[in-house]
Amino acid sequence: MSPVRPQIRIRRPGRLLAEAAALVIALVVAFPLYWMVLSAFKPAGEIQSKEARPWTLSPSLDSFRRVFRQEEFGGYFVNSLIVACTVVVASALIAFLAATAVTRFRFTFRTTLLIMFLVAQMVPIEALTIPLFFLMRDLGQLNTLGSLILPHIAFSLPFAIWMLRGFVKAVPEALEEAAYIDGASRARFLWQILFPLVLPGLVATSVFSFISTWNDFLFAKSFIISDTSQSTLPMALLVFFKPDENDWGGIMAGSTVMTVPVLVFFVLVQRRLVSGLGGAVKD
Amino acid sequence: MAYKSAAAEPAVVPAGTTARPPATKPRTSGRPPRRRGTWTPWLYLAPALVVLAALLVYPIYQLGLISFLEYTQAQVSGGEPTTFQGLGNYRALFADGQFWQVLLATLLFAAACVVSTLAVGCALAVLLTRVRALPRLALMLAALGAWATPAITGSTVWVFLFDPDYGPVNRLLGLGDFSWTYGRFSAFALVLFEVVWCSFPFVMVTVYAGIKAIPGEVLEAASLDGASQWRIWRSVTAPMLRPILVVVTIQSVIWDFKVFTQIYVMTNGGGIAGQNLVLNVYAYQKAFASSQYSLGSAIGVVMLVILLAVTLVYLRLLRRQGEEI
Repeated sequence: MSPVRPQIRIRRPGRLLAEAAALVIALVVAFPLYWMVLSAFKPAGEIQSKEARPWTLSPSLDSFRRVFRQEEFGGYFVNSLIVACTVVVASALIAFLAATAVTRFRFTFRTTLLIMFLVAQMVPIEALTIPLFFLMRDLGQLNTLGSLILPHIAFSLPFAIWMLRGFVKAVPEALEEAAYIDGASRARFLWQILFPLVLPGLVATSVFSFISTWNDFLFAKSFIISDTSQSTLPMALLVFFKPDENDWGGIMAGSTVMTVPVLVFFVLVQRRLVSGLGGAVKD
Repeated sequence: MAYKSAAAEPAVVPAGTTARPPATKPRTSGRPPRRRGTWTPWLYLAPALVVLAALLVYPIYQLGLISFLEYTQAQVSGGEPTTFQGLGNYRALFADGQFWQVLLATLLFAAACVVSTLAVGCALAVLLTRVRALPRLALMLAALGAWATPAITGSTVWVFLFDPDYGPVNRLLGLGDFSWTYGRFSAFALVLFEVVWCSFPFVMVTVYAGIKAIPGEVLEAASLDGASQWRIWRSVTAPMLRPILVVVTIQSVIWDFKVFTQIYVMTNGGGIAGQNLVLNVYAYQKAFASSQYSLGSAIGVVMLVILLAVTLVYLRLLRRQGEEI
């Protein structure tokens, strides 16, 4: 851990108070997730009691069973994974090439392009649902995973390029020259030297494209209208909202299944994410 | 040096963009002046530009176009010809009292979200610098958990936490069977809690990284010169953090202005009688629920214009800070 900074010259009681506050806040922040997992494991009777106890004496897998017995759920999960992984890989590769172009070459319109990538990040994806609906219809992509994959690649690209720029820039130019002097081709330098070096940056950008794609609710709702076998997890969750009585056990179990992959991904790349963010911000 | 013909360039690249040899850049000097050098960057950019042109630029053009047409179910199914309306859709939109109400609600709601997120995020970032490793790790992990939670599951969990019958919050606060989603303000407040919960971590982590990046000697010198904690924060830390604060503020504005999933899921499509609509849920309802695609598009254009204005402010701030693009 980093050494204590000079500005933290507080007397002990002050620090203990700060630490107590930090722990309490951590508990409050973590509580919704705890409640989600807890409720997913509660038997139906306990969920419907007015007690709302923060523990359960008889954990049960009933809610999970109900969720997975609902035929499409497993398929939805696989669909979500396919969409998110395709978007992550495709946008990482495309953004890597583009980031290399704008950092290691000087050409006309370079600055213009960079500003356009910045502006593109601000475009509200929600506002484009209507034209994208018609575009996907014309491309014959409605009710296919393609209608979710294609727009999300486009929407993750500008941010990924912008973020990767710092990582590509950080690779010393001398390395590139040395590679060429040793007779490496451009492609060889690109994929065998530069690519592994910026991999940490790609991990950080992947987190963002994974999350925004995995989260997508609007496109799944708008573009997958008749063939529900092509739908994704958020839509599966909605099945458990019922007009008369919501199936909270099912909703919480479904939410848990949907959240865990992202949590695992986050924990795995946590360090790189934080350093990646630092790098992108300082850049 | 022979220049490539424009014909072999990707279609989205304006002609004539290759007319500068790479020799202006010293790093290419060690390489043979192959003519590939001129168009290599465009080759690398081609996939990105094709994807962005097809799925971002073209839809934006289409959005604008549809907003000037009459485009309802009849035109979509080909039953009736599409007619040009000029500014008709916008006139109809601006004459509708509900639009102004939704616009105002969107701006106020986004502002409340941004202010709360920044306040919580910055306060906790400062708190993180004042505690030892263990409490810091606990808070970091909890925040990462909230950050990673998909918007839709965050929404379902928060609705459940505040459920009048089965949620723990009402019991804890002794609110009985008070329904949060029934009233306009309580429903917006509930969504605000969820939005702050899932978006403060980005602010906290980024600002914390920024504070850690300030060299310790600077702060030490200030405190040796007898500056108070507040004075150090105001005169040393805050100015050095400004670039980061600009980034997180603008990101929050953009993000909170576009909240869709939370409103849609937590208030069941915009609240009772549409009392919790924000612009993009409103656009969605107009387009997909009542098949008024042109009105929905006009609302989309309004959103686009507002966000572009924010972007211009952002660019100006970046420029003023001397950011080299």
